[in-house]
Amino acid sequence: MDLSRKLAILADAAKYDASCASSGTTRRDSRDGKGLGSTTGSGICHSYTPDGRCVSLLKLLLTNYCIYDCLYCINRRSSNVPRARFTVDEVVRLTIDFYRRNYIEGLFLSSGIIRTPEYTMEQVIAVAKKLRTEHHFRGYIHLKTIPEASVDLIAEAGRWADRVSINIELPTSVDLERLAPQKNFSAIDGAMGRIRQRIDAAKDEAQFKAPPFAPAGQSTQMIVGATPATDADILSQASSLYQRHRLKRVYYSAFSPIPDASSHLPLVAPPLVREHRLYQADWLLRFYGFEQKELVDPQSPLLDLGVDPKLAWALKNRHLFPVDLNKAPRALLLRVPGLGVRMVDRLVTARRWQALRIQDLARLRVSIKKVGPFVETTDHNPRHYGLDDDNLRARFAPPPEQLSLFTDSAPEASVYSGEL
Amino acid sequence: MVVFTFAPTFSAWKTKARLALQQELSPQDVFWKEESSIDTFPDLFLGEESSEKQPAASAKTFRVPREFLTLGDVVACHRDPSRWDLLYRLVWRINHGEPHLLDHTPDPDVHDLLLKERAVSRDVHKMRAFIRFREVATDDGMWHVAWFEPQHHIVARNAPFFVERFASIKWSILTPDACAHWDRKELRISPGTTRDQAPAADAAEELWKTYYRAFFNPARLKPSMMRKEMSPYYWNNLPEAMLIPTLLAEAAGRTATMVAASQAKRTPELVESTPIRLPTKGDWPALKEAAESCRACPLWKNATCTVFGEGPLHARVLVVGEQPGDQEDLAGRPFVGPAGQLFDRALQTAGVPRDHLYVTNAVKHFKWTPQGKRRLHQKPTSREIAACRPWLTAEIDHVKPKLLVCLGSTAVHSVVGNGIKVTQDRGQTLPTEFGIPALIPVHPSSLLRQPDRSREAADFAAFVADLAKIQDFLSK
Repeated sequence: MDLSRKLAILADAAKYDASCASSGTTRRDSRDGKGLGSTTGSGICHSYTPDGRCVSLLKLLLTNYCIYDCLYCINRRSSNVPRARFTVDEVVRLTIDFYRRNYIEGLFLSSGIIRTPEYTMEQVIAVAKKLRTEHHFRGYIHLKTIPEASVDLIAEAGRWADRVSINIELPTSVDLERLAPQKNFSAIDGAMGRIRQRIDAAKDEAQFKAPPFAPAGQSTQMIVGATPATDADILSQASSLYQRHRLKRVYYSAFSPIPDASSHLPLVAPPLVREHRLYQADWLLRFYGFEQKELVDPQSPLLDLGVDPKLAWALKNRHLFPVDLNKAPRALLLRVPGLGVRMVDRLVTARRWQALRIQDLARLRVSIKKVGPFVETTDHNPRHYGLDDDNLRARFAPPPEQLSLFTDSAPEASVYSGEL
Repeated sequence: MVVFTFAPTFSAWKTKARLALQQELSPQDVFWKEESSIDTFPDLFLGEESSEKQPAASAKTFRVPREFLTLGDVVACHRDPSRWDLLYRLVWRINHGEPHLLDHTPDPDVHDLLLKERAVSRDVHKMRAFIRFREVATDDGMWHVAWFEPQHHIVARNAPFFVERFASIKWSILTPDACAHWDRKELRISPGTTRDQAPAADAAEELWKTYYRAFFNPARLKPSMMRKEMSPYYWNNLPEAMLIPTLLAEAAGRTATMVAASQAKRTPELVESTPIRLPTKGDWPALKEAAESCRACPLWKNATCTVFGEGPLHARVLVVGEQPGDQEDLAGRPFVGPAGQLFDRALQTAGVPRDHLYVTNAVKHFKWTPQGKRRLHQKPTSREIAACRPWLTAEIDHVKPKLLVCLGSTAVHSVVGNGIKVTQDRGQTLPTEFGIPALIPVHPSSLLRQPDRSREAADFAAFVADLAKIQDFLSK
């Protein structure tokens, strides 16, 4: 099999991993003239595909042969997809060739499990080690680690990689047992905990010139929509992971139709809107001071798909509004729908010298339609914008769609694109 | 009005702006003229005091926030000629009663400044992202050369980034405004050039396009997001961008095919499959009886009966075929159709006694599609093979043979594992998970399908030779 065919198979097999981040690592460059590459701390997306996803790293599987049979996975043992395997040198050469032409920021390497988890992990590490030691590659490396691999192997993966990750795959242990019988929830969780300890230790010892361990931290991925788990389940799992294992990111991946899908999975368009809402909620939890129970609770465990979670929260808590733009504390401004972190910081700085007026917001390109009902200034009365109206939600939600008499499903276009 | 002529860099402008402030020239009284730019100054309004004056000895100093210097350095790269006016207006206002002006972001001038800063920074970032080097062999060794069209004057500003990243490579970035060159020692900026100076595509570009195509997930189409982040302005110089129209056009079709394929497969399966219950006690007849009502896959629906294996229960050799054919399905016995007869003939020629063998199939129901009045054989899927495998395993456990013979790829798949090619491993003996070696001849029905009559005899002889290995084994 030639390299191009292998690349097509093994890139296709790797694309269901959502993470492509290349940010958050230490600064490196190759000014010494010996190595290749640099990292600045902020990532670069070198291209975008028509699915709107960024291409930052060369995302590959070392092989898509796998002894596991996880139902949601395109590479599961019982799937009929074409199989291939790269040699260590082939991946190294592709990475260097692509990097030299400025196609990529680095490598994201994962693998199906062949022979044993240990053996597979050794192969993955061999690629990273060769890039770092033989080619003095200074670009970004993200390695997928295998929870069953030994502590020593995970330690070595972190030695060469900027980021390591283990996918939690599904939000609850019940889901995982059902769809991925060979995987073990507590093993995954335990491995994440051990990685966190290593990362913390490496940071503590950085002043003593200890070797770095995954300076860009660890991340994970959850598949959304393949099981009946609610948004509350998903978000509580995510918060727990952020808190216990200090994850840099939890990625939510809408389960999308894959070639040769298992019959135990829903055959529907990927719930892209739900995925988007989960990311928005995730942001609110991490950067806006929201608590999980404010967004989802046992009575309403699902996020509103029609409006974003902050707006949904504001509509339910209208007694807290309007917020005075000139007096409200930063924490409260962050809760105004339509104001982001950066905008709030600008407003807080600006109002120190001059009273803010509603045209000022307009000039800063804030949507008055969205912010209007929730803020107050000397020249703006939020009641004129319908703060107390019963139909306020309807102004923001997408217009209701009339169902067809003749089909029992939504229009075809949205089935395939998932766009609202 | 006073004209200030300066090289269009921030530091040159700063020097002149200091002069203008010292002379208390208000923003309306100053005209900023770039040295290299075409003379656009309206002569009509040119007053006699058009030349700048030297500063007085007791020159007053002026202060601006450090933030202004950082922002100004960026905004100076913007392509808008009015940027110098904007900068001077800001510096004038900062020094005339509005020291905190920059904090007031809603102010039109500050807002304009921030927008311009954003535009330049974004262009800088996109240049780092979208430069595509191509390899060129020169007298001076390998050079990496890229052609790029930035939106603003950012080549000099951005060149150090590429030095840091590609210090060990000799490279040139060519743009219409300016070019940057790095020979592994020194960074050099030269005047702009034209696109025809840039090299043509090289071989790695095809691999990159292959990667781009494979990376795209057609089930999640979101082209607006792509256009937002990768503006079509840059597409001209991105080799992968030429694939976008095709990928977009094919996406809906590819997804529909995927959905339809799994739909077709699942309808009967999920609802109607019941797990196999192997009899916990009992002998081979109990096993055979249990198999008759197997519903582990939907193949039972269109088949007449379950065709279970047969032969001596302590046979030393167990032969696995693919699945019953039309005649086996009617007779309820394996290996009685044309392929079975051919197999018998070959065994005879090889001198293997048929009644020493236990014969069975990897899949126990006949899978077919109608074609006219005939039932056309169809290859079982890996799911059907897996569903039927417990029966085969039970048979092997009962018979406990010393040798397995796998006829055809389906049998090999079931017994040895996926991914083994019969044509490659033909005549070989492979290990299996049962701890019993498996011999792999071709399936007799492939001889029946051989279109080339002249090769018939040779193929048959080869098949016989494969089967003769059974005899070698038996006589051992």
